[in-house]
Amino acid sequence: MADALENDQPLLVATSLSKSYGRIAACRDVSFSLHPGEVLAIVGESGSGKSTLLQLLSGQLAASGGHVSYRMRDGVTRDLATLGEAERRFLFRTDWGFVHQDPAQGLRMAVSAGANVGERLMAVGWNHYGRIRETASDWLGRVEIDTARIDDAPRSYSGGMRQRLQIARNLVTEPRLVFMDEPTGGLDVSVQARLLDLLRSLVAELNLAVVIVTHDLAVARLLSHRVMVMKGGRVIETGLTDQVLDDPREPYTQLLVSSILPA
Amino acid sequence: MNAPAYNFAYLDEQTKRMIRRAILKAIAIPGYQVPFASREMPMPYGWGTGGVQVTAAILGPQDVLKVIDQGSDDTTNAISIRKFFAKTAGVATTTATEDATVIQTRHRIPETSLHANQVLVYQVPIPEPLRFLEPRETETRRMHALAEYGLMHVKLYEDIARFGHIATAYAYPVKVNARYVMDPSPTPKFDNPKMDNSPALQLFGAGREKRIYAIPPYTKVVSLDFEDHPFEPYRFNAPCALCAAEDSYLDEIVTDDKGGRMFVCSDTDYCEGRQAAGHHGSLSAAPYKEKAGSHG
Repeated sequence: MADALENDQPLLVATSLSKSYGRIAACRDVSFSLHPGEVLAIVGESGSGKSTLLQLLSGQLAASGGHVSYRMRDGVTRDLATLGEAERRFLFRTDWGFVHQDPAQGLRMAVSAGANVGERLMAVGWNHYGRIRETASDWLGRVEIDTARIDDAPRSYSGGMRQRLQIARNLVTEPRLVFMDEPTGGLDVSVQARLLDLLRSLVAELNLAVVIVTHDLAVARLLSHRVMVMKGGRVIETGLTDQVLDDPREPYTQLLVSSILPA
Repeated sequence: MNAPAYNFAYLDEQTKRMIRRAILKAIAIPGYQVPFASREMPMPYGWGTGGVQVTAAILGPQDVLKVIDQGSDDTTNAISIRKFFAKTAGVATTTATEDATVIQTRHRIPETSLHANQVLVYQVPIPEPLRFLEPRETETRRMHALAEYGLMHVKLYEDIARFGHIATAYAYPVKVNARYVMDPSPTPKFDNPKMDNSPALQLFGAGREKRIYAIPPYTKVVSLDFEDHPFEPYRFNAPCALCAAEDSYLDEIVTDDKGGRMFVCSDTDYCEGRQAAGHHGSLSAAPYKEKAGSHG
């Protein structure tokens, strides 16, 4: 019951978000709300403003207009722009996750996998080596990495393993919201399938809210509940995933859907 | 014997004022790295340009200066800096720890307990403890500002994961006054406990990196560690071969090419003091002729 009530309130609300770089409007008047456990895919071609939107939502970029509010763990909804830098960074390494397309951006390539996963725990004050290692090892298992490789640096990992390690590193503090920027980009299809499968089960298991940016409609179909289609910085169509992908209304979305290469 | 071409203690008074302001700020914010306009000194970077500038700024005509390099009063670096100040400031110099008012050091803290009215000046090569973990200076400054020190533990974690224990043996990170994480310069971690609650003022100067930081007297200094891997000072398990000291930090000296070695106090003043007081180690008669290996 309490859970249902929790889920009733949006976790993240974006209100008329805009961002312009000089005369170029990268993102115009984007509004939506995201509930706990909900997966929202943002699709669109390169340059449509997807990544800018993701950076606005995660507070890494200051918006030119509009605002983002987030319901903190204590239940208070706050405007991200009013958070101090310390609070924002704390949020970023506890209640949020950010999965980069390139794992090298999200990982420390020179330190071991165990330390990569343990870093967030140490940042929030864990001070017991044994427990940090145990938790790290547990998470490696959950993302299907052989725990015998806990002391290896991600440099020696394959692309798919690196991406799974990045996910473990983000999820170790049990965030409620994870941003993903093309998490399957650059991986071959079988590795992609395995990663998507893993992501899907983790999202369900942890009741994660996810904002995932992708140009791959198959990824959107597999993972997301809702889809937002962006073009030229605007959201041109939004709806349930199957509705948007199977019955697209806008000509651009129709074009996007019909450009999927048949396997 | 002042060299007339130079101001007292080499640096001009304006420069000293600038350095003193940085020192005062550093003392006000224990462990915080204060930027300062480091000058070129008549010695190469890495030879203690930071320490020399701090010493020059605090030195007065009544001061008694001691300079040590790795604990020793008689190595090139120590002798040349001591001579430098004897010449440019005309101050008295000493090798006895308890007689000195200003002690400039490279990589050691003297064994003899320091007292109030003493200032210990460290030569620092790299002041930023997070440097090798986070290469961006902008980022490390932000991390200090927000007290985000999880990364420092990542390094210790890596040590344990690789070697089974915290293998960092020198420049062991400390937390000063429960706020700033600080690099104690490359002193062996054996010396870390001496920094805690010391009655002497401790100043750190990094010339190339242009930073000054400080530990005021009687300030809490804690070495970082894990609950299940606590901080442990390291010392070779042997008495000093010259003075039989069991409590001093030892240098290992290789004496031949057959594995022979001897352990002697790295603090020469402490060792000589003990020998003068009648303590004798196994090799104190003629250390360089004896066949080593008979001790420990």
